[in-house]
Amino acid sequence: MAMKFEKTGEGTYVLDVCGYVCPHPQIYCKKSLEKMKEGDVVEVILDNPSSVETIMQMCDQVGHDVSDKKTEGGKIHMKIKKG
Amino acid sequence: MENGETRNKVWAFIITGALILISFMYYKTNVFYMYLVAYIWFGFAYGMMLQYGRFCFASASRDLFAAGVPRMAVGILVALMFFSLIQATLASTNMSTFHPAPFGIHTLIAGLIFGVGMVLSGGCASGSLYKIGEGNMTSFLAAFFGLCLGQAIFVDVTWFNFLIPQKWIVSAAAKGLPAANMTSSFDTYLAGYIWDQPTVRMSDVAAIKTALPGASKYFIGDALLTALIPAVILLVVIYIFYIRKGFLKKRAKQTGNATPGFSDDIAGIWNMITASQRTTLMGVLIGIVAGLHILVMKGMQIKFGVDNFGRLLTKMGHTNDVSIRGTVFDPGYWYITSQEGQFGAWILEKFGWNMHDNIFFGVNNGLPEPWRNPALWMSFGIIFGAMVMARLNNEYKFKLPKGELIAWGLIGGILMGVGSRPALGCNIGAFFIRVAGGDPSGWLYGTGMVGGAFIGVKFFNWWSERKMAKEMESF
Repeated sequence: MAMKFEKTGEGTYVLDVCGYVCPHPQIYCKKSLEKMKEGDVVEVILDNPSSVETIMQMCDQVGHDVSDKKTEGGKIHMKIKKG
Repeated sequence: MENGETRNKVWAFIITGALILISFMYYKTNVFYMYLVAYIWFGFAYGMMLQYGRFCFASASRDLFAAGVPRMAVGILVALMFFSLIQATLASTNMSTFHPAPFGIHTLIAGLIFGVGMVLSGGCASGSLYKIGEGNMTSFLAAFFGLCLGQAIFVDVTWFNFLIPQKWIVSAAAKGLPAANMTSSFDTYLAGYIWDQPTVRMSDVAAIKTALPGASKYFIGDALLTALIPAVILLVVIYIFYIRKGFLKKRAKQTGNATPGFSDDIAGIWNMITASQRTTLMGVLIGIVAGLHILVMKGMQIKFGVDNFGRLLTKMGHTNDVSIRGTVFDPGYWYITSQEGQFGAWILEKFGWNMHDNIFFGVNNGLPEPWRNPALWMSFGIIFGAMVMARLNNEYKFKLPKGELIAWGLIGGILMGVGSRPALGCNIGAFFIRVAGGDPSGWLYGTGMVGGAFIGVKFFNWWSERKMAKEMESF
């Protein structure tokens, strides 16, 4: 198990924190967003439901836009556009 | 409905059905076991609510420091406010099982150790149990090796004798306990220090008793002064430091009013409280159910004419289960860690370790067989309740810990196990229950916990920053 933060294109990233439990997914998500520019998009993949609530509220407070939240095979995918 | 969803629902029914069957079997064995059955179902309810609300005391301070998210801190404060009012009602009708704890600096230190542990392991004592129900085996590591085995070993070893001052040894010896039950460092700490500390409950303070006759001392002293006012102050502080700026900026954009007034701040606080409806709703429910739990256990005690389940075990002939005082651990309310220590001690005894030769098990809490341990059934109830809720919401996922999570789970669990003993409780028993019951030592433990969480978050921030830098080398 290893955390993966990859640049997949200009302004697009993937953060895979599957296997991780609280607080790691939310910490890595926050740190990824800090490294990105406004308007960049990161797809976060995780399998820890407790972290999703925290990430959603963090984005709402800071002004990041969460779209495309879906669950596939026990994994949660969310796209976050940095605001 | 997909296969996975159907399977989850079937499992939810199987688990619930099995618990109903177990409850019925206990009832048929002896009606006294209804006392234990009450613990099972309150545990089950706690588990369902904790899972649904993602209710974890670790995340309260951790998410605040790590992500600036106050969702859980708000949920806990809401639960605390409701629970304190119900506690006061119960105390005023003489239906409360609450008792305050010895007050001292040990409470703060224990909270600090526990706080670091809960952040490292990823969940507090109650949070770890509900996460086991979600299939999270990192939490299992923390609970089994830390809260069960670690805690049991901690109370039975002499490793910390070098820290014990002579006056504790003298004071402990003066208590006249059998030498066979006074063998560990923790025994000397308990008998020589803890038992000499004063207990404080606001409704028992002389000035409050005199000024507030009758039931008002419980509502004003215990609920208002100890729980409600501090909780409201904390809500306002959290709002000012974490929410206000962003909320007012958003509101100014919506209303076009650049100079916010008092009503905007009230709207901001309300927005903060209702931002995560499932957490806040569960906060209200947990507060109410925790109060009902006290009422039911007190009712059971009155019905069976006992003050502790150990008396009923003795009546049923299970004299090996109880301590030399004839008692077992039976808090009478929501509690987590002591029963897990009993489970750890029970396992260690199977490997030849004598766990009866100390105060914690031998004199105070006994060592019942797990299937006759009421509080342990409450912990199992939490796991099963959370499992049912997770299954119903298709959120159950069996996850074995790998890599670094094994280390964090074990280290965090052991710190939680150790941190839950010196103050005689964890995030539930030493903080939540005490504060709501009018015992200010709960805030001391809570302050320690928050301080410990801050240290834990600082460590994880440093750790994850290193890993992120490594990942970004190739960008």
